[in-house]
Amino acid sequence: MANVKIIIDGQKITVPNNISILEAAKKLDIEIPALCYDPNLDVVAACRLCVVEIEGSNKLETSCSTRVRDGMVIHTKSDLVVKTRKDILQLLLDSHPNDCLTCQKAGDCYLQKYAYEYGLKFRDHSGSMRPQLLDTSSPYILKDNAKCILCGKCVRTCSQVSDRMVLSFSERGYSTKIIADFDQTLEESSCVSCNRCVTVCPVGALVDKRAMGKIRAWDGASKVIKCKSCQYGCEFEIKSKGTVNVAVVAKPPANGRPLCLKGRLTTELLYVDKPEAPYRKINGQFIETNWTKMLGIEDILERIDKINAEKEREGKE
Amino acid sequence: MGCRKVLTLERLQQIRKEHRPILEARVGEAGNADINEDGSIVLNGDYYKKQVRIALKNCGIINPLMIEDYIAVDGYSALANILFNKSSGEIIDDMMASNLRGRGGAGFPTGRKWNEAFKYDADQKFMICNADEGDPGAFMDRSILENDPHSVLEGMAIGGYAVGADKGFIYVRAEYPIAVKRLRTAIEQAKELGILGNNILGTGFSFDIELRLGSGAFVCGEGTALIESIEGKRGMPRTKIHRTAHKGLWQKPTIINNVETYANVPVIFQKGVDWFRSIGTEKSPGTKVFSLVGKVQNAGLVEVPMGTPLREIVYDIGGGVQDGKGFKAVQTGGPSGGCIPAHLIDTPVDFESLGKIGSIMGSGGMVVMDEDTCMVDVARFFLEFTVDESCGKCVPCREGTKRMLEILERIVSGHGEDGDIELMEDLSETISKASLCGLGQTASNPVVTTIKYFRDEYEAHINEKKCPSGSCRPLIKYFITEACIGCTRCAKSCPVDSCITGKVKERHVINQDVCIKCGTCYEVCPVKPVKAVVKG
Repeated sequence: MANVKIIIDGQKITVPNNISILEAAKKLDIEIPALCYDPNLDVVAACRLCVVEIEGSNKLETSCSTRVRDGMVIHTKSDLVVKTRKDILQLLLDSHPNDCLTCQKAGDCYLQKYAYEYGLKFRDHSGSMRPQLLDTSSPYILKDNAKCILCGKCVRTCSQVSDRMVLSFSERGYSTKIIADFDQTLEESSCVSCNRCVTVCPVGALVDKRAMGKIRAWDGASKVIKCKSCQYGCEFEIKSKGTVNVAVVAKPPANGRPLCLKGRLTTELLYVDKPEAPYRKINGQFIETNWTKMLGIEDILERIDKINAEKEREGKE
Repeated sequence: MGCRKVLTLERLQQIRKEHRPILEARVGEAGNADINEDGSIVLNGDYYKKQVRIALKNCGIINPLMIEDYIAVDGYSALANILFNKSSGEIIDDMMASNLRGRGGAGFPTGRKWNEAFKYDADQKFMICNADEGDPGAFMDRSILENDPHSVLEGMAIGGYAVGADKGFIYVRAEYPIAVKRLRTAIEQAKELGILGNNILGTGFSFDIELRLGSGAFVCGEGTALIESIEGKRGMPRTKIHRTAHKGLWQKPTIINNVETYANVPVIFQKGVDWFRSIGTEKSPGTKVFSLVGKVQNAGLVEVPMGTPLREIVYDIGGGVQDGKGFKAVQTGGPSGGCIPAHLIDTPVDFESLGKIGSIMGSGGMVVMDEDTCMVDVARFFLEFTVDESCGKCVPCREGTKRMLEILERIVSGHGEDGDIELMEDLSETISKASLCGLGQTASNPVVTTIKYFRDEYEAHINEKKCPSGSCRPLIKYFITEACIGCTRCAKSCPVDSCITGKVKERHVINQDVCIKCGTCYEVCPVKPVKAVVKG
């Protein structure tokens, strides 16, 4: 691997030649907006928001997918770049429901963040909007296709676990949507509610239903803990208001940290003050259950009770 | 099972010798073609006389279901000669020297593409033939596949030998059942004979070809989407982190060429680079096949040298506009192309000249439009196609083209607003600059060129709510004037109940609220010299 010298927005920097412009810019604390980019996922260059201008090229290039080359002179905030980003964001807003007031994702939403940064608003128009397809079937995940910006992060993260691969794209053009298995509800599908998709969704299209209505990004305090269910140690955020822990939210998965429902529920049980009842999926239906059954520890508890009872008896004797 | 004889050069030449008289006799009997002194067989008639056929040279002459026919017209002689007498490097040099440019639309030099894959070291390389022809009204590739499939197979095998690939795929759309069937037959016959498969002509070179059927997504004609589709994934274009010639199909070096490009390859090696470069222009040598359609007298496939002026194609070969109407424009390049107005009809047809006036060569669609064609509606038609066929991956194409179509639909239905043209111009710039693949980058071409050359039509639709060519139904009205003789013909022919009313021998009236503007009353009105029904 060799190093290359490049100039980004007038700042010189030497970087390895196998990184993207977006990664190189990050080293200079230059933030390039991106909705479909995630360092843990394949680069697809779908949102086109991270476009930059490179001197000597008359095209705009997406900084997530373009590798640095020696001598590159890059402009990340030129008039053309900013105009293009504004247009792209406005196109997304034009199809997006104006629901930031009650959206669970508000404060943590990339579309909202970038709209704020680029000074864009929702506007009235007589054209199409994405159809209202709200999947409320899962007690764990709310899937709102109307808010989906089709960045495909959920599809990519879901397909990283070979026995999941539940989410995919369906239809095409403006009718494109994210579906579970054969366009089934999350309940009917083979979704295991691991919440990977929720952690990567940049907007409110996939949200953690168990945190809904309880707390939003800016509310209260949060603390990151490691899950104790298995050796992977996936990370969760414990969200609290005052002294009360109100919700557990999964942190994005990473290599060796796959996320699972059991780990998440265990964490809820251990940390949340008033955890909601757990649900198990049996034959494509979510059924309310109790914690013992959910965590599959009936036999263990029985055995512990028995041992304790025996000990007690022995103590008495 | 008996041991199959290995095909030898002598056997190949023998087949040619034996079969040539049979083919010549059949051609003589059919009488549709002439056999020239140099041995070439060309279709007769004025329509063909003005053309120079390279890619189509065997179409309509040989029987595509008989490999012997193809061999009888020197088929597979180029491949055989190369395998015995040329190295891969020499073929690449020849291809670069010929300056054959991709006939799928972009015009990238084929030799340079091959060279990239040739230089790249890998344990496996692939040749792909892009036969996913999808432009509305285009059928160049279909004709070659249906009438001369072996020329494509031979071109692919030559390419395979040049770059070091032993496997080829033809990605052909399932909507071409005859092409699929004939390709299957051709591949079977070629394998049976031993001109495809293992150890071809005993030279140690092996090349196998398989078919892959596309299921109707236009975007799968885009190289990387096509590769995704062959890999069994959803047909969405890849971002170009790597060149396809380095990391393509299954991350192996892959060459994708169009049907017509491959059909040119064997001929270049038969007749030589100098011969090829003597046809066409300096920067775009050779010929190009166009499917000349629309309001033209002689619609059909036309193959002419690059640089031929549009006028010659439309008038000398195409016979001009139908029904003696005025020529308005010609649309080249399909949904990615542009509309060329009458005053530019002397533009030579080559990659550079068409690009300069805002259109593209494309794969060869050429739609002639007469004075009755509304250019705003033409733009709407092509954009509607693109919106339907956008894969939905990137935002500018998926969302932007949809909004642009909505504006155009508003304009043609009489609801256009001041500023709509500027809005579309602005949007089209972002879509073409920021889209991921060629489909999005060129999607606004039909809109941009019609605004550029026919802005007055847009303005008439928006400002006066009128369609100058009288074809946008919501903007036209039919009236019956005082000249009406009360013959009742219009009322009887009208498909709508209670639209046209009136007594016999009295003036009839059209109810504008229910009229569907079908124009039947106008067609049947017998009043002369000026019809009593008027369109306004």
